[in-house]
Amino acid sequence: MEKKTATPRLKKGLAEMLKGGVIMDVVNPAQAVIAEKAGAVAVMALERVPSDIRKDGGVARMSDPKMIRGIQKAVTIPVMAKVRIGHFVEAQILEALAVDYIDESEVLTPADEQFHVDKSKFQVPFVCGATNLGEAARRIAEGAAMIRTKGEAGTGNVVEAVRHIRTINAEIAALQKMSPAAVKKYATEIRTPLALVEEIRKLGRLPVVNFAAGGVATPADAALLMQLGCDGVFVGSGIFKSKNPAKMARAIVLATMNFRDAKILAQVSEGLGEAMKGLEISTLTTKLAGRGW
Amino acid sequence: MPTKNTKLRIGILAIHGDVAEHAAILRKLKFEPVEVRTAQDFENLDGLILPGGESTTIGKLMEIYGLKNELIRFATTPRKNPITGNYQLPTIFGTCAGLILLAKFGLLDAKIERNAYGRQLDSFETQLKIPTVSSKEISVAFIRAPKILSVGKSVEVLAKFEGVPIFVREKNIFAASFHPETLGETKIHEFIFTRKITA
Repeated sequence: MEKKTATPRLKKGLAEMLKGGVIMDVVNPAQAVIAEKAGAVAVMALERVPSDIRKDGGVARMSDPKMIRGIQKAVTIPVMAKVRIGHFVEAQILEALAVDYIDESEVLTPADEQFHVDKSKFQVPFVCGATNLGEAARRIAEGAAMIRTKGEAGTGNVVEAVRHIRTINAEIAALQKMSPAAVKKYATEIRTPLALVEEIRKLGRLPVVNFAAGGVATPADAALLMQLGCDGVFVGSGIFKSKNPAKMARAIVLATMNFRDAKILAQVSEGLGEAMKGLEISTLTTKLAGRGW
Repeated sequence: MPTKNTKLRIGILAIHGDVAEHAAILRKLKFEPVEVRTAQDFENLDGLILPGGESTTIGKLMEIYGLKNELIRFATTPRKNPITGNYQLPTIFGTCAGLILLAKFGLLDAKIERNAYGRQLDSFETQLKIPTVSSKEISVAFIRAPKILSVGKSVEVLAKFEGVPIFVREKNIFAASFHPETLGETKIHEFIFTRKITA
């Protein structure tokens, strides 16, 4: 019987299997094993976590394929990796490595000021960041099979991720109240095919899985974003920049699973030691969420 | 008194994974989906689905919250069917990660290899012909799918793909390497739950 690979449904399907779970940034195989043991549903392989990228400065690029392969060998859960916005050759390289998902990420230094990667041309599915509904819709129209909030990565400050998911929720609610003429006008305004806007309006949500990302540092942060309607959580610097990564990782997993149960949230928040040191958004010299459009 | 219109309550293990996609299929078939996160949630269920997800993660979290033992107790304790009034073992269906867990917990006599169909690049959709399920083609998705390497004597193979078992049954336990729910396919769930529970 005929086999069809890399269909939009299969690309979206893998993200659906990750719903309700936590995807963790890891920089080496040892961290990947800690993440898997703690109950991560996938890992994001990268050379430096966002807080270090922020500290070190300079151009941040795709990770060394050798390091990505090492992580692929170390764990059985899906392995994701990041490419610069618009850098379709880095994406070709990650596809050749058979990573399970590619993150076209504002955390790395953008490679193209005009175009994001044409994701529909790839066999590997893509996840992209968004700060509002228009951005999310444009990425989906380009072929993204999963969306995440941008948040403000590497800060340990959840305020931007909260802003982004609240904005998307409010814009979908407003879309649902629009007249057919207003929907048409809105689709033009956000430069998105009308059919996709109609689909979002009908579903009352994005047509792909939507995770929270950027600034998640505690179990309570993860549960907050889940209660605001995210399908799951990416945690970057929040785990391996905390005092006790294995314990923090497990606590964030349990909080994401039990995000409505305040008693369990209280239990898992106990005695975690210091969370990563956070940054006030207004003091940042580089705002990553502003990258991409 | 339950009537013909009594909705059967089918639990979906909701630790993480494609819970909503299974729930949508159950609603189409007029069952009541119930998310299962705690031991108490197993009360008054007429059947259970173990959805797709990451089996290592789901298995670990089930042990932390005592859900592994609860699942084994549930699967092996006859309960009254509200429609027929008969006592029977509850029907359980595992897809993908669910298949792995059923075998791991000793509820299905089968040897499974995780991710044996490959990484995401190797994930595929196909149409199956399973005459015992339906005369029509059945759409299914294999996503980083596990492979059934062998099954015990008491396990019935309901379907094969490329010579390998992909859909099996041991008494009240059904399991598949694939996802019908990803493609909105209702026939597999209908076969498992409508016939086995209400017959």
